[in-house]
Amino acid sequence: MSTFVQQVLNGLAWGSVYALIALGYTMVYGVLKLINFAHGEVYMMGAMAGYYVGRWAQKAELPMPLRLPVTLLGAMAACAVLGFLIERFAYRPLRQANRLSVLITAIGVSLLLQNGGQLVFGADPKYFPQVLSYSEVVNTGGVVLSNIQLVIMVTAVALMAALNLFVQKTRSGRAMRAVANDKAAAQLVGISVDRIISLTFVIGSVLAAAAGVLVGLSNPKVDPLMGIMPGLKAFVAAVLGGIGNIPGAMLGGRAARAGRDAGLGDRPLDLP
Amino acid sequence: MAPNATARLVLQASAALAVVTVWARWIAPHVNPYQLQVINYIGINVVMAVSLNLINGHTGQFSIGHAGFMALGAYGSAAITCYGGPHLLPWLSGTLGLAEGTAKALLLNGAMLAGGGLAALAGVVVGIPTLRLRGDYLAIATLGFGEIIRVIILNLDVVGGARGFTDIPELAGTFWIFLWAFVTVAVIARIVGSTKGLAYLAIREDEVAAEAVGISTTRTKVSAFLLGAFFAGIGGGLFAHNVTYLHTNMFTFMKSIEYIVMVVLGGMGSITGSVVAAVVLTALPEALRAIEKYRMVMYSMLLIVLMLTRPQGLMGRHELSFAAIRRRLAVRKGGASVAGDVP
Repeated sequence: MSTFVQQVLNGLAWGSVYALIALGYTMVYGVLKLINFAHGEVYMMGAMAGYYVGRWAQKAELPMPLRLPVTLLGAMAACAVLGFLIERFAYRPLRQANRLSVLITAIGVSLLLQNGGQLVFGADPKYFPQVLSYSEVVNTGGVVLSNIQLVIMVTAVALMAALNLFVQKTRSGRAMRAVANDKAAAQLVGISVDRIISLTFVIGSVLAAAAGVLVGLSNPKVDPLMGIMPGLKAFVAAVLGGIGNIPGAMLGGRAARAGRDAGLGDRPLDLP
Repeated sequence: MAPNATARLVLQASAALAVVTVWARWIAPHVNPYQLQVINYIGINVVMAVSLNLINGHTGQFSIGHAGFMALGAYGSAAITCYGGPHLLPWLSGTLGLAEGTAKALLLNGAMLAGGGLAALAGVVVGIPTLRLRGDYLAIATLGFGEIIRVIILNLDVVGGARGFTDIPELAGTFWIFLWAFVTVAVIARIVGSTKGLAYLAIREDEVAAEAVGISTTRTKVSAFLLGAFFAGIGGGLFAHNVTYLHTNMFTFMKSIEYIVMVVLGGMGSITGSVVAAVVLTALPEALRAIEKYRMVMYSMLLIVLMLTRPQGLMGRHELSFAAIRRRLAVRKGGASVAGDVP
């Protein structure tokens, strides 16, 4: 029983990360009907950016409580720029083309970031700097909840709550929903569709960057190919929750991972 | 049409003979084993891209499980030649008294047909429930299918499991690869060009309208899956008997993506486009080997640039054919004797 609870807990922590990545897929799908294959690589770039910012924070001897927020914000800013650039140069020129053409450029961007990443960062795995010292928050009856898991879950929930507020309550959020609903009609009522699509990519990339840093906390090994499998699994999670549906992705990520961990434990068969 | 058909047949046969002669006399002696391997890969990729084009390009269904069908064909046929070969070869050459080459050719093609049949069967089994899905949901279902096949094979110890399948007899040389590439192109071009083949295009253009004019859309889609999967299985069989080693890591979803890239880059629904893209995308990474570590970066950048500059694919929906070239050249001579090219 304690194993089961522990696995569900682990699953929820990991699932939060998947949910953050899945949100990027689902939001982009919502506005563009595009499976953004490069999203897993944005997550990887987030972890990489977090690695460099975290190392800088370590060298600059920032006080420990400041290191994680600085790392998170640094990675998020870097990926916001990256997400904007990807959309601007690889996807926007193909707005009128066949949907599959955009898919191919997405694959191209994905390959570019994987291979460019190996070139720039080196193919060897890097060890994520310690920006949060490990401690156990709960340790009862064989169930351990570490502060890292807690931080992952709290950060993920906070980001999702912020996203929800943004989408539901702000003007830009309403515009985003309008674009997802009907691009032409949104344009007719004066919404700048291109600006909203850019914004969607930026937000999705920021969430992926957060996921990258959070994974760096618990699995401190980052490499340029780390985005492939989580990207695929988060995509499955987004579909499981109903692609294009934001709360669906939040739930789908947790359900997929928690179900996997609870049902399979650490059996070798690695299901998405 | 009838006398022309005979004339065309003679023309095609002599063209094929000319190609084989030129290859055997002037090209083959100067090709080193590495270049020959690239040429073989090109042939296999032509089979794969053209067969995927039938599903993704002509019928407009978005399948990303092509590597799964390829794996089925590869492992299925390799299992037959590996386990059945030692019994079948002596029987074929001993009891039936066939020459060794003939016996081997029979074994190879029999095994490949069986592998293709296995893949086709899987195509139908997967197709019947999933082809009712549309667009991206079909993509997920086929993606899941491809991964399931891969994981099942990974856990099958008879075909090597995680060690990989070794010691597959090297039966498929350049000749068989290109013969099958030719057969694939010919069969699919004929089917798509036939009256029945119009049903595929109708489904791609508008599924509801196709249904309204009496096309059984699910049946047509399943038949596209069946044919595409069959030739993917053949491609897998050629691959297995050319490379002589199989591992499930060769059939990940990135492999399926590779073929989708070929189909889209060549132009959805253009058979010659798929062939051109298969040639270009197989040769390009090899040609870029000179720049070593920048190779894949250049490759991916070229992919993006090609797609941005020609979003409809290299060939769009057009075909490169002698008839089309002649039509362009002959200013006002009316191509009455020329059979219409495949749409």
